[in-house]
Amino acid sequence: MQIKETIESLEKKFEVRDLNLFYGSFQALKNIDMDIYENKITALIGPSGCGKSTFLRTLNRMNDLINGVKIEGHITFDGKNIYGKDYDLIALRKKVGMVFQKPNPFPKSIYENIVYGPKIHGEKNRDVLDGIVERTLREVALWEEVKDRLHRPATGLSGGQQQRLCIARCLAVEPEVILMDEPTSALDPVATSKIEELLNTLSDKYTIVIVTHNMQQAGRVSDFTSFFLSGKVIESDKTEKIFSNPANKKTEDYITGRFG
Amino acid sequence: MTEKLKQRNQYKSIKNGVFYGIIGFLAAITLISLIVIVGYILINGLSHINWEFLSQEPRRMGKEGGIFSVIIGTIYITIVAMVIATPVGVAAAIYFNEYAKGGKVVSTIRFFTEILAGIPSIIFGLFGFAFFVVFLGMGWSVLSGGLTLSMMVLPTLVRATEESLKTVPMTYREGSLSLGASKWQTIIKVILPCCKSGILTGLILGIGRAVGETAAVMLTVGGSLKLPNTIFDSTRSMAVHLYMLASEGLSREKTYATAALLILMVLLINTAANFISRRLGN
Repeated sequence: MQIKETIESLEKKFEVRDLNLFYGSFQALKNIDMDIYENKITALIGPSGCGKSTFLRTLNRMNDLINGVKIEGHITFDGKNIYGKDYDLIALRKKVGMVFQKPNPFPKSIYENIVYGPKIHGEKNRDVLDGIVERTLREVALWEEVKDRLHRPATGLSGGQQQRLCIARCLAVEPEVILMDEPTSALDPVATSKIEELLNTLSDKYTIVIVTHNMQQAGRVSDFTSFFLSGKVIESDKTEKIFSNPANKKTEDYITGRFG
Repeated sequence: MTEKLKQRNQYKSIKNGVFYGIIGFLAAITLISLIVIVGYILINGLSHINWEFLSQEPRRMGKEGGIFSVIIGTIYITIVAMVIATPVGVAAAIYFNEYAKGGKVVSTIRFFTEILAGIPSIIFGLFGFAFFVVFLGMGWSVLSGGLTLSMMVLPTLVRATEESLKTVPMTYREGSLSLGASKWQTIIKVILPCCKSGILTGLILGIGRAVGETAAVMLTVGGSLKLPNTIFDSTRSMAVHLYMLASEGLSREKTYATAALLILMVLLINTAANFISRRLGN
């Protein structure tokens, strides 16, 4: 009862209702209902191919890029249906940033990577841009490491640094939500723990949805966890609850490592 | 048993050696014929290239004087052709690769683009003559020639641009779009900068074809030896001049000098292109 009350007092950032997604004739997501709460970290877990990444990409409409994708149902973001006819896709993606599985800095300088977003949204003032670069690089704890080589190619950074740069690039457009698609799966343990620390500090200001293969990671960083299996959400709850006392047998089997 | 194995090995190594010899011989023929042709032209031509040849206009139909107006004409025609072809070709490649993924229309257009690449240049010349020179009333002019050549180099340019667009990882597009960039911004600011060297390669191949083209240019630009002032003037390209000199037997010296200069020009363009594309690559 205690838990339920606190959940109800939280602000809902996304409300997903009856979401179905098809790749051609294959149904990848089945009747998804989910709430994503403001300034909390929501982890999406489940075995490969369960639809968790596909689901993540419905939240900023990244699936629009793929041919033959059909989506039914609706997702509201701050109360408005993002699949509605007149929804401004660019405004959505500005507010809902994304960090990808493999670090994908553009083949430009570190500085140019970060100011790319602000520039396309019309910011031209050099001082403002300089300020954004320093602020975001400090936020991702990369400033000290790169402040002397801001104009060198971003591709010269290590994998972990590149991923933090990508997070900084995402923060530069001042999003409200950050979607992360297995952001540490291509990184070594040290780089991974740095990103996890970062997630903790970021969750004060941002709503974060993270897809992860790594159950310990979900347990360590998230407030809420949703367990996906073959395109369905089996269980969504507070992370402690999911990991200590799951309601569903399948969830228990998965988190105790009996399959997946 | 071992005797047989030994024999087989011996046979194998002989076979290997023979094939190696044949391949090497054929490769040598390619190289040697190239060296002989280029060498022959250069030996006969280089000694007649001097300041007078480069800076003076032709006199007595090219029998005397230099080829200054012809060099300028060649550059002029090529520039006009590339200025027209580049935006069209790059835009077409972007359309094929970024917008119209797959589909019947695209494969049909692509099929015709490919056919365009294989059409003999004299056909382009004939079309250019009938359409630009006569029908549109442009007359023999740099513009008529430039337009005709631009159609000829289009397939090369489209193909090269498309190939390099394909090498840009999908993750760059996703990264850009996820930041709220429009598709157009993504193409202009992220994708095209990655394709600089690929597009440049296409350009150079196009320039090579334009500089060396004879038949199509003769039919559309004409053969005036005067220095062209505007794009509506007739002029003569080096390749056409070379053809005239050789076929009319006007001057052996000037013929070889022109040929040598043409080779040097193509070499220079290619070297410059290589240099620039390596610079851009880094």
